[in-house]
Amino acid sequence: METIYRRPALLADLPTHYCPGCGHGTVHRLVAETIEGLGIGSRTICVAPVGCAVLAYKYFVLDCCVAAHGRAPAMATGLKRVLPDRVIFTYQGDGDLASIGGNEILHAALRGEPITIIFVNNGVYGMTGGQMAPTTPLGMRTTSSPLGRDSQQQGYPIHLPELLAALPGVAYAARRSTHSVAEIRRARQAIQRAFTVQLRGLGLGIVELLGACPTNWQVTPVEALEFIEQVMLPVYPLGEFKVAAELGA
Amino acid sequence: MARELWKGNEALAEAAVRAGAEAFFGYPITPQTELLEYMARRMPELGRTFLQAESEIAAIHMVYGAACAGVRALSSSSSPGISLMQEGLSYLAGSEVPCVLVDIMRGGPGLGNIQPSQSDYFQLTRSAGHGDFHPLVLAPSTVQEAVDLMYASFDLAFGWRTLVILAGDGTLGQMMEPVEMPPMRALAVERPDWALTGAAGRSPRVISSLYLDAAELEQSNLRLQAKLQQMAATQQRWESFCVEDADYLVVAFGTVARIAQSAVRAARRAGIRVGLFRPVTLWPYPRQPLDAICPQLRGVLVVEMNGGQMVEDVRCVVRERVPVRFLGHLGGVIPMPDEIEAELAQLVSLSGRAAFS
Amino acid sequence: MAQGTLLIQTDRCKGCGLCIRACPQQVLVAGQHFNALGYQPVQLDEALRRCTGCGVCAWVCPDLVFTVYRESAGRAG
Ligand SMILES: Cc1ncc(C[n+]2csc(CCOP(=O)(O)OP(=O)(O)O)c2C)c(N)n1
Ligand code: SF4
Ligand code: SF4
Ligand code: SF4
Ligand SMILES: [Mg+2]
Repeated sequence: METIYRRPALLADLPTHYCPGCGHGTVHRLVAETIEGLGIGSRTICVAPVGCAVLAYKYFVLDCCVAAHGRAPAMATGLKRVLPDRVIFTYQGDGDLASIGGNEILHAALRGEPITIIFVNNGVYGMTGGQMAPTTPLGMRTTSSPLGRDSQQQGYPIHLPELLAALPGVAYAARRSTHSVAEIRRARQAIQRAFTVQLRGLGLGIVELLGACPTNWQVTPVEALEFIEQVMLPVYPLGEFKVAAELGA
Repeated sequence: MARELWKGNEALAEAAVRAGAEAFFGYPITPQTELLEYMARRMPELGRTFLQAESEIAAIHMVYGAACAGVRALSSSSSPGISLMQEGLSYLAGSEVPCVLVDIMRGGPGLGNIQPSQSDYFQLTRSAGHGDFHPLVLAPSTVQEAVDLMYASFDLAFGWRTLVILAGDGTLGQMMEPVEMPPMRALAVERPDWALTGAAGRSPRVISSLYLDAAELEQSNLRLQAKLQQMAATQQRWESFCVEDADYLVVAFGTVARIAQSAVRAARRAGIRVGLFRPVTLWPYPRQPLDAICPQLRGVLVVEMNGGQMVEDVRCVVRERVPVRFLGHLGGVIPMPDEIEAELAQLVSLSGRAAFS
Repeated sequence: MAQGTLLIQTDRCKGCGLCIRACPQQVLVAGQHFNALGYQPVQLDEALRRCTGCGVCAWVCPDLVFTVYRESAGRAG
């Protein structure tokens, strides 16, 4: 018998607190597999966010700390500056990274901090019960945009990897999704690249991952995959927006 | 070692370097900026970390990150910047990660001005962030004392796993005084047993201030409270001048205490038996020594560069045994010795008993 | 066709159904019993013997419920 799949040892053998079908579970797995595959688990430090993934430190079998809401890139900067040979990554939601932490990610990217940003976009503030996020698609109803997001009132969704790709300090910027096996495989490759640019000292690596929040989208986990395809994908095209030349194709 | 002239802000920076600071993160703000500028030159020269952050919010979280790695990290700012840092200070307190912060206070509220002030007394001692905690707050009155306290601050911070804040005002930051610098310390090679370094050959470590369970958070808080009580009992620092036979007492901290000392000398020459009590720690407040002086007193005068903040601590200790008067200036106006003398004379006449020797 | 088999950590399953939808062989079904988390964990319909050990279920499961094995002989096919 050949083992085709076994859970990564870098994820604690515990049930998670995530809802059924939550995108965070899949992204945790991909991150743990990547770190394990790169053989860097004993020198990697995770900076957890405020959001549903605040408990990431319980699941990653890594040294971890928890930042204040949105400040993970600043905390990661502090860690990386004093531990340049360690691998530092932040794991952040869309409210955390793209709203309250907008300035921290922008400036970490401008400085080209060699850190990795794992950015889970579920289009809502999951933890606080489904309010509008900067990533909420136009027209989408949330508890704080009950009539649907209206660009006149609430502005437009943010495309963070595209924005950051324009900065010279960014070595890798991509958006991937978790709604199908094929996309999950591509997501894993993108995460690997976002770590590789750090390992090679090329600059900041960021991957946005479209992930399901069935609970706040008020759909079943299976319907949530369709939601990603039908509602999220038209707003958030998948792709690599910046790949440092040194990384190769 | 020879004494040299140092500007307060730069002396604080060099003292931090000599105390083994490995990382500085800050954001420009008057009247503190020379400290940041000094670090910008000095830290890279020694192969240590200097980074100008995008905001005070980012600066304190960079300090938090570096401090999580167990290194001696610090930041410095002035009043409005400290307000922005409060989020980080609370997280540092909640996770008991040690670091040092300098606050060269200026006038407020709002943008206020860049003149010297002591208006952060409440902010630093009472409300440095949400949740139940107090930083250890040190208030030097001379540049030499600023250097000595900075030199001791990291040992205090790491020993107690606490946040240490050096509180000075714009005057202290800007003035030049002769200073004897302490020797350069070797950097610590060992990291503390809670530091994040990558879990090589050991089980993973977590630094967090999150306790979702009410009972657990209470337990964590009770542990913090017990530590704070222990600090309160053992870490009070103060200095007194001419209190042995004093009938009256002036209480002042920082540079105001120096002005008050001139006033006390003059009042003594005029025959008033007055002494000076100068808290060096603003938290914990030196309650016991102040309380011990109270029985001999007929009146107390508190002088501050704010609207009356430390005076509340003094009133708590004096407990209406004798009158407590307050003289304050705000917005960068510095109290003058003759004003303090005049207030003392008022106090003497109001306290109703013969006070002249 | 290769022959595969699964170790299903039923106490972790949250019954989200993503694996059931994704399995190319359609050999996963929702169970009848509830686990300690309060969900009905998936089961492999062993009678069908159609699991190829492709690993798709493990790729889509957010809760790391599966360990996937395949008969070595099947690799040639
Ligand atoms: C300073 C601050 N403001 C607000 C909150 C409340 N809060 C907690 S999580 C969160 C939003 C999280 O949303 P997101 O980052 O998208 O993560 P998700 O839960 O969706 O994964 C908010 C607003 C907080 N903890 N701290
Ligand atoms: S609320 Fe949404 S993001 Fe949070 S755990 Fe549930 S599904 Fe996941
Ligand atoms: S390994 Fe493939 S065939 Fe077998 S149950 Fe999983 S998805 Fe279905
Ligand atoms: S994907 Fe995982 S959690 Fe969801 S039903 Fe299948 S085994 Fe259970
Ligand atoms: Mg979200």
